[in-house]
Amino acid sequence: MSLDRADVEKIAHLARLEVEPDDMAAIAAELSNILELVEQMNAVDTEGVAPMAHPLHMVQRLRADEVTETNRREAFQAIAPQTEAGLYLVPKVIE
Amino acid sequence: MQWETVIGLEIHAQLATKSKIFSGASTAYGAEPNTQACAVDLGLPGVLPVLNGEAVRMAVKFGLAIGAEIAPRSVFARKNYFYPDLPKGYQISQYELPVVGRGHVDIDLEDGSTKEIGVTRAHLEEDAGKSLHEDFHGMTGIDLNRAGTPLLEIVSEPDMRSAAEAVAYARKIHALVRYLEICDGNMQEGSFRCDANVSVRPRGQEAFGTRAELKNLNSFRFLERAINLEVERQIDIIESGGEVVQETRLYDADRNETRSMRTKEEANDYRYFPDPDLLPLEIGHAFIGEVMKELPELPDAKRLRFEKDYALNHRDALALTASRELADYYEAAVTASGDEPRLTANWVTGELAAALNRDALDISASPVCADMLGGLIKRIADQTISGKIAKQVFEAMWRGEGDADAIIEAKGLKQITDSGAIEKIVEEIVAANPAQVEQYRSGKEKIFGFFVGQVMKATKGKANPQQVNELLKKRLSS
Repeated sequence: MSLDRADVEKIAHLARLEVEPDDMAAIAAELSNILELVEQMNAVDTEGVAPMAHPLHMVQRLRADEVTETNRREAFQAIAPQTEAGLYLVPKVIE
Repeated sequence: MQWETVIGLEIHAQLATKSKIFSGASTAYGAEPNTQACAVDLGLPGVLPVLNGEAVRMAVKFGLAIGAEIAPRSVFARKNYFYPDLPKGYQISQYELPVVGRGHVDIDLEDGSTKEIGVTRAHLEEDAGKSLHEDFHGMTGIDLNRAGTPLLEIVSEPDMRSAAEAVAYARKIHALVRYLEICDGNMQEGSFRCDANVSVRPRGQEAFGTRAELKNLNSFRFLERAINLEVERQIDIIESGGEVVQETRLYDADRNETRSMRTKEEANDYRYFPDPDLLPLEIGHAFIGEVMKELPELPDAKRLRFEKDYALNHRDALALTASRELADYYEAAVTASGDEPRLTANWVTGELAAALNRDALDISASPVCADMLGGLIKRIADQTISGKIAKQVFEAMWRGEGDADAIIEAKGLKQITDSGAIEKIVEEIVAANPAQVEQYRSGKEKIFGFFVGQVMKATKGKANPQQVNELLKKRLSS
C-alpha cells in the first residue's frame, strides 16, 4: 500500500501537524515504506500466536481507590498561557 | 409505507469511586474549577497513569449482573482526537479487548411482557473535562475536574424498536447500576448519560437504514422525546425523496428539536492503538469469585421474590423494585406494619408515591419514613382507624406532626367500634329522616348511601364503616 499526497495531508491534519508542501512527496514515500514493512509482517502466519499489546511480560498493577492528590491549581496555572476564575482559557471552540 | 425504528444506546455511567481512574485526584462533584485536576489529569509530560482497582471491580460487578463474560485479559487503548477538554490529545479507553463482553438484560414492556436486549460490551474509559463557552470575552473556559473520572461505557445491540423500549432499557440499566452501587445515576449532574443511535427502515427490510447519533439526553423524558422527533425527521426526509446523513445530532430541550452537531468527515477517525503506558489488565477467577459474592439481590430476582413472598401482582412488584431505595423502604414498612404486605404495597405505590411526586421528592427524602408508614398501616389493620381517616393521618405525618399513634391520639381520630354507640347514632339518623326511610323501604335502595353518609358525618368519619353498614341495614329492614 502506498500513500499519496492527499493521504499525507489528511493524516497531518488529524495529528495537527504542519507539513511544508515541499516535504509532502518525501513524507509520502517514507510512510509508504513503513506500511510496506507492516504488510510484510501481515503476511507472516501468526496462527496460534497470542496478540501482543505490550512488549513487557507483566500485567497491570492496580491502585487502591484513595485520594492522594491535593489541590495544586495555583502551581499548574502559573505555567498556563491564560486563566480566569480558575479556568484554563483556550481559543473559542464551538461544536 | 410502514416504517420500523431501530435504536441502540450507548450509556456512560460514571463509576462511584473516590479517586480518578488513572490518578489519585478526587472525583467529588461541584468543586471549584480545576482544584481536582492533577498532573496526570492535565496530561503533563512525564506522568504515568495507574489503574484504579475499584473501577475494575465495579466494571466486573456490572458484567456479572448482566450475565456477560469478563475478559481474562483486556487492553487499554488511546482514542486520538483534539479537543481542549482532553489535554493529552487522546482519551484512554478500551477498543478491541473490553473488560466486559456480551451480556443481556430483560426489559419490561407496557403490555406486561418482557423483551431481551443484548449488551454488546462494556468498557472502562476516562471522562473528559468541561468546556464553558460563555462569558470569557471570545475565549472558551476549561474545567478539568471531571477529566479522568472513571466511566463505564455500556453499548447495547440495536435491539430496541421504539422510544418506549429505549427508555425501558435505559431505566433498567439505571436501576442496575444503582442496585450495584457503582454509579449514583444522577442524570442532571451527568453521572449517567445516554446517547441514542436511531435509524428507520421499511418494515420487513433486513438491512439497517443510515443512523444518526443523538446526544445531550439528560433525562428519560428527553430521551423519549428526542428519539420520537428523530424518527419523524428521518421518515420525512426519506418520504420526500432525500437521504439520511450519518451524523451526530444534539437535542435542544428548550426548542424540542434535534440539530446537527458536526459533519466533519474525519470525525470518526480516532486512530486507536494500545496505550504503551498501561499494561494489559488480567482478571482471574479468584477476583471474579470475590466480586460474585458481593453482588446484591438484583431487580429481577427481587421482583420475583416480592411476587412470591408478599403475594403482590406483577405491576406492584415491578413498581416497588424500580429502585433499591424504594424496595428497602417497602420491606422496612412491611415489617413495621406487623406484616401487612398487600396493604403496604397499596400505600407505597398510592398515597406515598403521589405525595412524593407532588412535592418532587425522592424516596430517600420522604418526610414519612418507612417505620412511620408501617405504624400507620398497623393502625388500619387493627381497625384503630379506617382507611379514609388514615389518609388524614398520613397528611399530618407528611407535615411533620408526629407519628401515626401520636396524631390519632392528639386529633381524637380513633375509630368508633362500640356498636352501642353506633347504634344510637343510627337510631337518631333514622328518626330524623322519615322521608328517606320511606323511600328506602319502597325499594329505592340507592338511598342507603345517604344514611351511611349521615352516620359518618355525625361521627366525623370515625365510625367503623363495616359496622355502620351492618347496623343500618338491620335497622332499616326492621
